[in-house]
Amino acid sequence: MQLIACPHCGPRAQAEFEFDRAVDSVLALDASPAEAVTRLYERENPKGWSWELWRHSAGCGVFLKLHRHTVTHEIAEVSRLDAAP
Amino acid sequence: MTGSRTGQGGIIDRSRTIRFTFDGKLYHGHPGDTLASALLAEGLVLFGRSFKYHRPRGVMSAGVEEPNALVGVGIGGRFEPNTRATDLFIYEGLVAESQNRWPSLSFDLGAVIGLFGRFVPAGFYYKAFLGKPGLWTFYEHFIRRAAGLGRPPVKPDPDHYEHRAAFCDVLVVGAGPAGLSAALSASAAGERVMLVEQDIAVGGGLHRESEDIEGLPGQAWIAQALTTLTGRGVSMLTRTTAIGYWDHDMVTLAQKLVEPGQVPEDGQVAQRLWRVRAKRVVLATGAIERPLPFANNDRPGVMLAQAVRTYVNRFGVVPGARAVVATCNDDAYRTAFALADAGCEVVAILDSRSESPSEIVKAAAARFNVQFDAQVLEARGGPGGLTGLAARLGGQPLSLSCDLLAVSGGVSPVAHLHMQAGGTLNWNETTGTFAPDVPRQNQVTVGAAAGGAEGNSSALGLTAPTGVDARHSFVDFQNDVTLADIDLAWQEGYRSVEHVKRYTTLGMATDQGKTSNIVGLARLAALEGRPVPQVGLTTFRPPYTPVTLGLLAGHATGKHLAVVRRPPLYDLHLEQQPLWLPSGHWMRPRAYPRGDETLHSAAMREARTVRQAVGWVDVSTLGKFEIAGPDAAAFLERVCATTVARLAQGRGRYTFMLREDGIVMDDGTVWRIGPERYLLTSSTGGADRMAHHLAYVRQVLAPELKVAIANVQEHWAGIAVAGPKAKTLLARMVPDPGIPRHMSLARSKIAGVPVLILAASYSGERAFEIYAAGTDIIPVWQALVAQGADLGGSAYGLEALEILRIEKGHVVVGGEIDGRATPHDLRLHRMLNPAAPFIGAPALQRPALQSSAGRLRMVGLESDSPIPEGSMLVSTMPGTPQGHVTGAGQRVLQKGHVALGFLRDGDERLGEQLMAWSPTRNASARVTIVDPVFYDPEGRRYRD
Amino acid sequence: MKRYSSLGLLAAGLTGHTSWPRAWRDPTPRTHYDIVIIGGGGHGLATAYNLAKRHGVRNIAVLEKGWIGGGNTGRNTTIVRSNYRLPQMQDLMEFSLKLWETMTDELNYNVMFSQRGAIFLGHSDSDMTRLAERGDAMVARGLDAELLGRDQVARMIPGLDMSRDARFPIEGGLNQPRGGSARHDAVAWGYARAADALGVDIIQNCEVTGFSIRSGKVEGVETTRGPIGADRVGICVAGHSGQVAALAGVKLPVESQLLQAFVTEPIKPMIDTVIMSQSVHCYISQSDKGEVVLGGDPDNYPTYSQRGVPMRLEQVACEAIALIPALSKLRMLRSWAGTTDMSFDGAPILDELPIEGLYLSGGWCYGGFKATPGSGWLFADHLATGQAHPIARPFALDRFARGTTVDETGAGPRARDR
Repeated sequence: MQLIACPHCGPRAQAEFEFDRAVDSVLALDASPAEAVTRLYERENPKGWSWELWRHSAGCGVFLKLHRHTVTHEIAEVSRLDAAP
Repeated sequence: MTGSRTGQGGIIDRSRTIRFTFDGKLYHGHPGDTLASALLAEGLVLFGRSFKYHRPRGVMSAGVEEPNALVGVGIGGRFEPNTRATDLFIYEGLVAESQNRWPSLSFDLGAVIGLFGRFVPAGFYYKAFLGKPGLWTFYEHFIRRAAGLGRPPVKPDPDHYEHRAAFCDVLVVGAGPAGLSAALSASAAGERVMLVEQDIAVGGGLHRESEDIEGLPGQAWIAQALTTLTGRGVSMLTRTTAIGYWDHDMVTLAQKLVEPGQVPEDGQVAQRLWRVRAKRVVLATGAIERPLPFANNDRPGVMLAQAVRTYVNRFGVVPGARAVVATCNDDAYRTAFALADAGCEVVAILDSRSESPSEIVKAAAARFNVQFDAQVLEARGGPGGLTGLAARLGGQPLSLSCDLLAVSGGVSPVAHLHMQAGGTLNWNETTGTFAPDVPRQNQVTVGAAAGGAEGNSSALGLTAPTGVDARHSFVDFQNDVTLADIDLAWQEGYRSVEHVKRYTTLGMATDQGKTSNIVGLARLAALEGRPVPQVGLTTFRPPYTPVTLGLLAGHATGKHLAVVRRPPLYDLHLEQQPLWLPSGHWMRPRAYPRGDETLHSAAMREARTVRQAVGWVDVSTLGKFEIAGPDAAAFLERVCATTVARLAQGRGRYTFMLREDGIVMDDGTVWRIGPERYLLTSSTGGADRMAHHLAYVRQVLAPELKVAIANVQEHWAGIAVAGPKAKTLLARMVPDPGIPRHMSLARSKIAGVPVLILAASYSGERAFEIYAAGTDIIPVWQALVAQGADLGGSAYGLEALEILRIEKGHVVVGGEIDGRATPHDLRLHRMLNPAAPFIGAPALQRPALQSSAGRLRMVGLESDSPIPEGSMLVSTMPGTPQGHVTGAGQRVLQKGHVALGFLRDGDERLGEQLMAWSPTRNASARVTIVDPVFYDPEGRRYRD
Repeated sequence: MKRYSSLGLLAAGLTGHTSWPRAWRDPTPRTHYDIVIIGGGGHGLATAYNLAKRHGVRNIAVLEKGWIGGGNTGRNTTIVRSNYRLPQMQDLMEFSLKLWETMTDELNYNVMFSQRGAIFLGHSDSDMTRLAERGDAMVARGLDAELLGRDQVARMIPGLDMSRDARFPIEGGLNQPRGGSARHDAVAWGYARAADALGVDIIQNCEVTGFSIRSGKVEGVETTRGPIGADRVGICVAGHSGQVAALAGVKLPVESQLLQAFVTEPIKPMIDTVIMSQSVHCYISQSDKGEVVLGGDPDNYPTYSQRGVPMRLEQVACEAIALIPALSKLRMLRSWAGTTDMSFDGAPILDELPIEGLYLSGGWCYGGFKATPGSGWLFADHLATGQAHPIARPFALDRFARGTTVDETGAGPRARDR
């Protein structure tokens, strides 16, 4: 079970989090219909490093950006969405 | 063979006697005995029957790798089948039974199958029972009865299981000499150490050996280590198996607090599941000895050499009187010495090597009949034990008589956890062993598990002697997989190691291939003419040893499978003895029957009360969110598909929300309760999803907005008061200016409790939703009851609510809002906000969500007879469904029945007649397609 | 192909079984095939078999990166049923179920298809209404379904907790008598043997690493065993659909997740039917070997690891014991996990991709095993004729752009919600 270092709460078990979506599927509110189809339905689904949104649902409730490997489950980075890139 | 107890030695407590039964017969043993050691000491030879051929089997090992000696243990709800006699420590009153035999262990009719073994090789069922359809169904019935091992438990398990979490710097798995040493050095460095051992005592292989360690006898060394570790506060768990090594160095442990079948002391848990997160894991899991391949190597009396030594040195049991040791390595010589020292005659040591220069072999040659270039070809004997063996000695046949054959084919390091953690293995061609190579997590393997016992192994033990009867040389003992089965699989092209495993069932028995996998692999490699590592390995997966589902479940099963959510008025409802309706995890009153009323008659009475007088219903479970801040309206315009921005303070309106794909997700009302403050309601069942949805929009899609969200679902309890006399009832409790107009709100007090009153109607009648803090709601309900009685009012439940909303044509989440319907389908599209970029708007532009052709549209259905809910809409019966009924009910005040449903292009088919057909319930109704608002379509009744 | 029969087995037994030939050959790949199928699971092998058997295409290769049947074909809970709610899914799965009923004979390989009934339990009146709706939809479309009352369910599944105060009390069920289970490995092996006998080259340990595409048309594949030309290529790679399609520059509406399952130690017969539930998410059956087979919800996050979280298995244990309390003392023996390509409406994708000659059968989520024969039949039909069969048409790729998704559960576009 993965250990995710929440920037607010510290390292916590995966059980406290829920995966929300891959970052590439975030659909802006003012997107065009074509963008909606691309974002929602045409996906990288990477085997390897992936940028993902997880939410610390059973913790602080904050959405976090993870750089996570989908084969080894290594987590290289966990950051708040408003953190400087 | 007749086993017997030695006069002294071992770590059993000879001062005490434990009584237990096996197959109804009383036996005796000592504390520290396993069921196997105690029964061996009592002279028992036959322990069980194999899976397929029902061959007689004895004890092969002294540990968790045991494939043969499986028993059912315990009584009633504690009965546990397939328990290894070698891993079951006896206790007073233990009740065990043999398995997979009928009528008895010694006389088993199933053994007949063994006589026909030649006709039922690996994979025979794939080739048989072909031809007539139904033939398989016929034979399968018998095959299922012949298969399986123990009898199934039938009663609920009375035991309790507990889950715990733990954290440490170093987790040491295995408390043999390597594990103890690792724990000693880690604790000396001040690290927080957990040490776990599957056995009842720490010490591991030291209990088997008689040699000194670091100048101390084994037991003394163990005692010293224990004292030191205890002094350093090391957490030590015995009878605890590391069953799984998961991501990021989390290891799950299964701790037995009592033995299988044993009754725990009052209130104590039987087993505990630990989730340990360690910074570093030391795997000191030892090695497991392998049997030798030869004909009838499964006969009772053939045992692993280390197991024999364990029985002698640890349990004080000599499992035979005349022993032969067959080996390919030096280690098994220790068994010869142990046996001889315990008074057993050692007939010969047959060594398949051509020589060995080691001291122990020299010493043995001086004392025993040691033969090199010697290979066992066949064991002789039956259910009653071993009588002898046939061997080949430098090309010459040799026959020996014996009642115990101690075999060693070398050892296999226990690399399971290392592999579960994602590590790799390294093959040693000389010793024939896989040992851990590259770790992937923070793991290190030490001792015999790391290959430390490789010196005691030899690849020779993996190869069957030429000319051996492959059809009776067993590899996987429990599943009766022989060398011939592996050969056949290979011959037929099942050549991947996984194909061989699945075709023959090699390694799939309850011992999980602990003794068989490498032997089978070596046979396959020989057939392929390739080195073992190129043939590959099957995957190692949790659990290392089987664990009960009860342990995995812990407390969160039975009544505790899911939480029960009770609204604050629950106790008050309970006094009325209502019928309850589960709504998600919430328990809500469905109806309050009086006298001999049924659900239906009670609900109809309640609904009439609402239409004719006044009723009140608990709506506390609705989703409720407070949205506050300068940008609250802008935020809501992104969440809601309807306009919100122009909502005046103190006003509210109906709204609905879309998923990102443009499909309707939920609906509710939105109220402006302050200048920059709104209350948004949603369905009960969708409340958790809505909370997540709001957080997503707030944090991810619109982080620039100045807005805060509070989930007040459980803070505010609510009561809806509805009916033509609702205003009258309210007027009795709050001053007139405090009664809001339709879709307006007011703040007031009822029974001294501050309340928020929202004038909104779901039933179609004049109605108010009264919200108060959940802690304060009870007096409000009581006031309604007290003041409403003489108005003819009463409480109503969800069933009446459903009848009323259907008659009014309101959609509901889980009914018409089914995760597939668009705003158009639900006839909500005229309310869509034409301007704002709300979530779901872009995807809603997709062609099929816009055009109406062919889509299921919501319609109303009228009938003279009851319309089955969920039934299919067809032209004739039988017929192809053109739609279905989502919710149905009786008209409240008039005759007739109404329903809501979906019909293909339904909005263009008003007036059409169809059948609502429920073939599974043998019910139907002729229905007319109508507009879905059956009651007061002009909306006169709920306005002022 | 040497035919299998009980008599043949007896005869071979007398001569030590030395006469059984290889079930399939181990051919060297040719330089060009009419059709190449990527993926030697049940779906790919069934596709190749149907191409050869029904369409007369004999110059076919199935390329498998590992060993045949080693993906989700060998990692599922072997449940076969067609008890779906939506007509598109019913038509697809019923088409498949009918093929299951004749598969053993057609392949001359006992796949042990066992129609022991598949029962969905209902735990409330609303559950029962939903089950009745599903059953009505099935019967109205010619499928078999029967609504069961409490007593009937209790008789058919001894050991169920029938107490009224259970957390999810059992009110009844919906049975599909023709549903059941099969021996998963045998499906791959049976199709492989039958396809091989028709001349199909089954090439194991051959991973596709790229496509050869010219002017928008596929011309072959690059593999770890060299380039192989092909007029048409079909992709049947389950959890790796997205990865293989990406080699051709196509992005799919799928997310790869993980589904865990496990078996208990074998015991004598205890559970005679396939058990599922409307409110409790586990599913339970007992194999012919005696192992109780258990599964539940997927690990709903993207992963190709085939390593899950322990709580998933624990949750399944909680649910199974709540339904059948006596399961508590059985032991989990073996767990496994498969990588599933979760599509964004929960339905499969059967279509030609935007590259001419490149076809996909994917997005089967965690329900692909039961569809194996139907998928193979329909996909072969599509590959051979260039036209989608009417049953396959609702599963076109462009349904996502058009908005005609087939959302059986109404869970919406995010795989994690399924």
